[in-house]
Amino acid sequence: MMTEIESAGASKGMPEGPERPAGWKSTRSALLTASAFLAAFALAALMIAPFFWLASTAVKAPSEVFRMPPALIPSEWMWGNFIKVWTTFHFSRYYLNSIIVTVCVVAGQVVTSAMAAYAFARLEFPGRDKLFLCYLATLMVPGAVTMIPLFIIMKFMGMIWTGNFYLFGKYFMGAPLGLNSYFALIIPGCFSAYGTFLLRQFFMGIPKELEESVKIDGGGHRTIFSRIILPLSGPGITTLAIFTMLGSWRDFIWPLIMVNQDEMRTLPIGLSSFQGIYFSDWPLLMAAALLIMAPLVVIFFFAQRFFVEGIKLQGIKG
Amino acid sequence: MCFSFFPIAASLLLAFCRWDIISGLKGIEWAGIGNFKSLIGFSYVVSLGKTTLAPNDPLFWKYLYNTVCLMSAIPVGMAGSLLLAVLLNKQFPLRNLFRTIYFLPTMCVPVALFLLWRWIFNNQYGLLNWVLSLAGLHGPDWLGTVAWAKPSIMLAGLWMGIGGGGMMLYLAGLQGIPRELYEAADIDGAHAWQRFWHITWPLLSPTTFFIFITSVIGGFQGGFEAAYMMTGGGPAGSTTTMAYYIYQNAFTWFQMGLAATLSWILFIIVMVVTLLSWRFGGRRVFYF
Repeated sequence: MMTEIESAGASKGMPEGPERPAGWKSTRSALLTASAFLAAFALAALMIAPFFWLASTAVKAPSEVFRMPPALIPSEWMWGNFIKVWTTFHFSRYYLNSIIVTVCVVAGQVVTSAMAAYAFARLEFPGRDKLFLCYLATLMVPGAVTMIPLFIIMKFMGMIWTGNFYLFGKYFMGAPLGLNSYFALIIPGCFSAYGTFLLRQFFMGIPKELEESVKIDGGGHRTIFSRIILPLSGPGITTLAIFTMLGSWRDFIWPLIMVNQDEMRTLPIGLSSFQGIYFSDWPLLMAAALLIMAPLVVIFFFAQRFFVEGIKLQGIKG
Repeated sequence: MCFSFFPIAASLLLAFCRWDIISGLKGIEWAGIGNFKSLIGFSYVVSLGKTTLAPNDPLFWKYLYNTVCLMSAIPVGMAGSLLLAVLLNKQFPLRNLFRTIYFLPTMCVPVALFLLWRWIFNNQYGLLNWVLSLAGLHGPDWLGTVAWAKPSIMLAGLWMGIGGGGMMLYLAGLQGIPRELYEAADIDGAHAWQRFWHITWPLLSPTTFFIFITSVIGGFQGGFEAAYMMTGGGPAGSTTTMAYYIYQNAFTWFQMGLAATLSWILFIIVMVVTLLSWRFGGRRVFYF
């Protein structure tokens, strides 16, 4: 509203060129608006075409796929494709695995990051800043570097802990430790230097004066953390949770190397193994792809604001 | 902490060892810099009576070249993101809807999208070749030929990333540019291109720099999912990137030591390139 008034005032104050006829400006701006709209529309059509193709293939009969020219709208709507995907193999199990892993990773990462971030932002201990620098340095190391040792740890953890001594217990959420376990899928994802960094920046921005009253009342760090810091950093935590969720739901390489049993696969791994089996059954493959992406798209439409804000937050960091 | 520091140290140690994981913990041998030598080293080879200097692992150089080749899509993608952002910064109806549509591929699961693109690129029944045939062109076997496999992967990648974080950051940057600057330029009679080149571009340079650096870092480590889902690294290794090579070494051939060495070489490359662009690109960035 504000900007409209300002710009109206500005254009009124500007001298019109003598050679320009009256009304030229409004015609020109209407033309600009129209052309911007058309360009945006054309680009949007290009962007959405693959999705259209995805959806249209997903409800086609297998025979209709191999027809030239292709039917953009299927002659017969095969809703059964989705049911077939859901029931054949363990697609429902993959879904369950993905949900379990994603929920646990999000919860774990938010909790550990918030606690570490609080320590780095508010506690005084020797070597704090150096430790934080070390933390940041790990951000620069590519995932591939840590992937291999983590794989080895997980592999031998399974071998050793299923022997005579158990450090974490023999089972984690009903599955043995080591490869093919929820433990291997979840625990490495629960710690994030990036999340710690993001939340620390957020916590640092909260004025310290707010905590004085808690201190006067005799409250300790626990009270400050739960009563002041956490309620005030809602947007930061939401951003971290959303991006963690996104990353975990679509994570491919880690579950790929951790899991070789069918019932422990997450959705992306399930899809890639699907591809191996139904090599050219494109309707089934596309239906599976659609089912995997559906929850993210739904969440995106409801929480779009947080995504946009989150990306800006990341940008400010750099 | 123990999930990042310990593996990094272990990985560094492993980079100097020879180990195929099948033979168990007993199979670890100290290799010194042997792994580095066998990957990036050159040695004299005598063939047909001639002595030539040849790389010990030609595949390493080939895959490094592939990775850099695929990264050539980064500037194109950034230009596209900027274009979309400039467009979205104008006033027209349904702007937010368009923004959502451009952003949609970024939201989805890459593995599923690459599968979709494999179907679009399908030689006989794919969408792309059908559209080309409408224009009277005979499309190539996109993913099946050495010449077209890389451009195909770039195209799919561009579609996925063009409306993503880069566009959003540019949009935020554009909205932060003071309106008065454009009005002043208007009074001076600057036309659209001059306004863009002398106001928008310099003021967006921090954003450009940030997007470029993060894309380059990501680019060196990328290409795994595309290769895994669409081409299997082929045809003839033309889409195998460093990330896929590391995966192959570690989990197809079980050469953990070599894979660790490779990942460290990759890390050093990324570090050097980042520092260089920081050094030379940082100067061109204009802060206001």
